[in-house]
Amino acid sequence: MLPLSDRLAKQVAGLPRSGIRDFFDLVVGRDDVISLGVGEPDFTAPWNIREAAIFALEKGRTTYTANLGLLALRRAIAGYVKKQFEVAYSPETEILVTVGVSEALDLAFRALLNPGDEVIYHEPCYVSYSPSIVLAHGVPVPITTKVEDHFALLASDVAARITPRTKILMLNFPTNPTGGIQPRAELEKLAQLAIEHDLIVITDEIYSELLYGGDGGMELPEHTSIASLPGMKERTILLHGFSKAFAMTGFRLGYACAPPVLTEAMMKIHQYSMLCASIMSQYAAIEALEGGMDAVESMRQSYARRRNLMLQGFARMGLPCFPPGGAFYMFPDVRQFGLSSKEFAMRLLEEEDVAVVPGSAFGPAGEGFVRCCYATAIDKLEIALDRIENFVNRLK
Amino acid sequence: MEKLLELLQQDGQAGPETIAAQLGRPVEDVRAMIKECEESGVILGYHAVIDREKFGNAGVSALIEVRLTPERGGGFDRLAHRIARFEQVSSCYLMSGAYDLAVIVEGNDLREVARFVSEKLSTIEGVISTATHFQLKIYKQNGFLSKAEDEVRRLPVAP
Repeated sequence: MLPLSDRLAKQVAGLPRSGIRDFFDLVVGRDDVISLGVGEPDFTAPWNIREAAIFALEKGRTTYTANLGLLALRRAIAGYVKKQFEVAYSPETEILVTVGVSEALDLAFRALLNPGDEVIYHEPCYVSYSPSIVLAHGVPVPITTKVEDHFALLASDVAARITPRTKILMLNFPTNPTGGIQPRAELEKLAQLAIEHDLIVITDEIYSELLYGGDGGMELPEHTSIASLPGMKERTILLHGFSKAFAMTGFRLGYACAPPVLTEAMMKIHQYSMLCASIMSQYAAIEALEGGMDAVESMRQSYARRRNLMLQGFARMGLPCFPPGGAFYMFPDVRQFGLSSKEFAMRLLEEEDVAVVPGSAFGPAGEGFVRCCYATAIDKLEIALDRIENFVNRLK
Repeated sequence: MEKLLELLQQDGQAGPETIAAQLGRPVEDVRAMIKECEESGVILGYHAVIDREKFGNAGVSALIEVRLTPERGGGFDRLAHRIARFEQVSSCYLMSGAYDLAVIVEGNDLREVARFVSEKLSTIEGVISTATHFQLKIYKQNGFLSKAEDEVRRLPVAP
């Protein structure tokens, strides 16, 4: 018999293990670690949302739903997206409810890519983009975004990498892990490029409610979705979900908004693989959209305050960090110490019991940085900052 | 200012340094703002929220509905202030509806509260009637649940 490892599909065997996974194994089992390595809110989902899920169970709502998702939820999503992103989608034909944005992203790539098709995306980025492209037989084409540009994606860099095989431009603003946002002017240039080269745009805007502007980050600045720019809706798949803004990660609920042909294509894959998202989660999501916005704003303000605390802490210890415009991550620059980001993170964990994620886990472009998630209690953040300061002072 | 009060309401022990860092303001400004709030009476005081059931010697607490005769010129104010000043009264509110004042009274036992009501409260001229409701169990007070939710452990490292 051939070894089982030889039986694996080539594109799976070739996938590297996530750098996050490696680090996870090190952190687990250590007591007293303050982890800034998480990727989710520290809030529990607001009670009215949880209560709606309980109510759905009490009412015996334990069945499948329509493949696209509950119509009531799709209507609520259409209303929300219209308000939040200024794009109108039909709940009947242009919205698909998925098991998290991760599923929606996988569906989008699988629905669009033929072997050899190229996908341009920006790095450092969420760990699953490149593997999802490879699993859909596409070719990942990462473009480095730089700290001096505040991790925005420059249209000139994209233009230089477009080939006849380029099919998709993939965006994620605000960005995990950098907290970077895309200025509107640069977004308009990207839209122009997409139209000129007839590209499909996939935009993952999962952090779009968590933005920090003016007055110490406390003000909520405007968010522009590329889907709302002229001529873009017809070539864009807008991905969004409930995990981050509503603190609903475990509900596993996201959605894709796209023109009917694309929605139908994604729905076919979803239908044969996932069938539908969990009905309790869908009922909870209706409540989130109808009665969860105050909680979202109050959580955003709480993140903004912690972002300030972190910025001040890093400034105090001389660790350069650009002020992130969104999400709940800081991405400080650790290049001055002559350590790789992995060495920095390992030693910080071993010597000071603080877990951060090496920037290299988010692609080679993240080397020289570490990701610190500040969705953690203030008192813990203060201790973590003190410990990082001790560590940094020893390195200097 | 509103943000400052919100933070202090969540945690009265939060120091000016921490608050200043969170609000992105100089610590001197925050100190001055707190002082101003204290002096103007916007901040009345600070106290620990205690679960007396857990403490053991729980004492008793009662909500007393009080009906009053309003007075020309001052309405209910003079009598309400007079009642509120008793040390047994922990809170006192003017209400709309079937009665006028909601008075929360604390005491060591039922008899002590009953004596306060019969001897002090109902004998005040202008008090028409009282109805005493003893508190049996606390589920939530001042924004704190008596049974805190179990801490959910997140994955320490996640994408």
